[in-house]
Amino acid sequence: MSQTISNGRPAQPGAAPALALHVDWTRCDGRGLCSEMLPEILGRDEWGYPIAAEQHRGRDIPVPAESEVAARNVMSLCPVLALRLTDPHAR
Amino acid sequence: MFDDTMWAFGRGSGIADLALLTVSLVAGILTRSGRPLPGVPRFALSLIHRNAALLAVAFLALHVGTLLIDPFAKLTLVDVVVPFLGADNPFWLGMGTLAVDLLIAIVVTALTRQVIGARAFKAVHWLAYAMWPVAMLHGVFEGTDGTDAWFLAGASAATLLVAGAVLWRLSPRFQETPRRTTAAARPAALTEPQVWRAP
Amino acid sequence: MTIETAAVRDSGTVLVSRLLAAGPDADLARHIACFGALDPVAAAPRLLAELEASGLTGRGGAGFAAWRKLAATARARDSAPRARPVVIANGAEGEPFSRKDETLLTNAPHLVIDGMLAAGAAVGAGELHLYASEPGLSAILGAVAERADAAGIRIVTAADTFLSGQASAVVNAIETGRPLPRDAVKHLGESGLRRRPTLLHNVETLAHIGLIARYGAAWFRAAGTPDDPGTRLVTLAGDVPRSQVLEVHGGARIDAVLAAAGAEHDRISAVLVGGYHGGWLTADQLGAGLSPAALAPYGAHPGAGILLALDRTRCAVQTTAEIVEYLAGQSARQCGPCLFGLPALAASWRELAAGVAAAESPRRAWDLADAVDGRGACAHPDGTARLSRSALRAFAADVEQHRHGRCLRATH
Repeated sequence: MSQTISNGRPAQPGAAPALALHVDWTRCDGRGLCSEMLPEILGRDEWGYPIAAEQHRGRDIPVPAESEVAARNVMSLCPVLALRLTDPHAR
Repeated sequence: MFDDTMWAFGRGSGIADLALLTVSLVAGILTRSGRPLPGVPRFALSLIHRNAALLAVAFLALHVGTLLIDPFAKLTLVDVVVPFLGADNPFWLGMGTLAVDLLIAIVVTALTRQVIGARAFKAVHWLAYAMWPVAMLHGVFEGTDGTDAWFLAGASAATLLVAGAVLWRLSPRFQETPRRTTAAARPAALTEPQVWRAP
Repeated sequence: MTIETAAVRDSGTVLVSRLLAAGPDADLARHIACFGALDPVAAAPRLLAELEASGLTGRGGAGFAAWRKLAATARARDSAPRARPVVIANGAEGEPFSRKDETLLTNAPHLVIDGMLAAGAAVGAGELHLYASEPGLSAILGAVAERADAAGIRIVTAADTFLSGQASAVVNAIETGRPLPRDAVKHLGESGLRRRPTLLHNVETLAHIGLIARYGAAWFRAAGTPDDPGTRLVTLAGDVPRSQVLEVHGGARIDAVLAAAGAEHDRISAVLVGGYHGGWLTADQLGAGLSPAALAPYGAHPGAGILLALDRTRCAVQTTAEIVEYLAGQSARQCGPCLFGLPALAASWRELAAGVAAAESPRRAWDLADAVDGRGACAHPDGTARLSRSALRAFAADVEQHRHGRCLRATH
């Protein structure tokens, strides 16, 4: 499948991420906890929904290794259970 | 002497419990709004909500435990979970039991929501709005200090706080971000494409 | 059976008669007289290899290699033998002007059924479903009634929305009756209808499978080009003399296809290739072939084979604005970025079309496209973003004129 480019912001070089954050957009309600807890990975768009801070390949947002613990916390704190951590190389 | 200490712990932990449940409920409504407080980010409010509830469970264990041990209280194990069967003042005691049942259901489903799924978790969580007044009424009418002036003052303040929070919860611009369901209720745009009409 | 295997570019015609060779409204007798009988169970063991060799890609829009979906479904079945796979034939055709699925279902329903049965046998399917709306629905019901081996096919009426043909929406519609896309972490081949391995193919793809199961990969490759083998059905609509469905060689030049449809080449200023989620090609670019490789430089893809022609007197900015408005209205309204972002994009285009655009309007449209792309349960925002970007590139001069309240076209 052709590369999905999200946002026009430049990509960051570095080690391949171990995990990716998958947003269930049918559940996400833009409550804003995830972008608060993971500011280096997530921003908020003008309607309050999480948006990747950097350009990336694929639909899921890469999570660098150093942010994995925070990402797991975010996943359990999301009020509507919209977040899941996936293996970015599986799809 | 021991009995008096037990009794004091029983009453004190019950009052602390009501305070913690009030904090948890208000923090829960704040969390639902998606808004932070000055100096308190959204995820912190969510953690306050959760931790206040878990502390309330701890104090509840203390409350029930000391009253079980205290012979003066005449509380049996059955009375802890099955309401309205108590020896003394069965109705208002039973309200306490009811509150315990509701709180256990709410907390267990909250802790296991990743397993049971969002819908089941949410359905049970709504019972919090029933659990709080039941617990408060139990405190006023069953509690030893329930009709004392200082307790009633505190209970009134808590009730005003909760009532205000609930009214805010029901108000139209409650949620910080635009609501999807409201938007989805808008009438559908034209379903027939009006494109490529005759020029 | 007549098969035109003439070379694509140099011969006089891009037209081929394969899928529709049995003639209009072909009943079982004419179908068998034209194509011969097919034993799907006998064909099953070889089918995967033949499909891989054939190079058949999906004709529903995404264009994945057909054999890969079969292989994935078979693999999922092997790892969980108790979950019998499901085959779904998708004839929903949500694209407003597309009529190829309807044409195929009404004229060659037995080919579609053959493909379903062959693919079903190859993956060991326990259930077969077909999702379509009228008039194809009645034709399929009639065809199923004519043959005993099709008795197990369950027919579900498709919704009449743009997203009705989206893969997870089809599965959702069959499972729950709600034709709305669903969030997915696993591919359908692994977990689809009621969590069973699900093979979902467009009805045209299945019809091609029905032919490959009979005649093999080499026959399939005798048409088309090496990198876009076989044939595809194309709908021509918009500013053409008559809206029609043609079967053409893979990789056929777009201008040749337009000519075959009787369109006047010098009246056409642009063509929207691949439907409302596709890309615009301007008149000077119409020599490109209708294949993934040839269209990739233009940010386009054959998609579900629809070509929408724009007359030179029709305003491209106005047309694009109307398409974006339609797409915004067709959002399933489940996902925030789509629900809020697409109407904002439509508003931006409406300003451009009305000629009251401020300097930031094209910038706003670019930013909104970036903001919604990839952020939804399905690819509706992605496709809308693609269309918007393509229009801003292809019609940059028109957009610039509109910003100053002028229009390059004669009418509005």
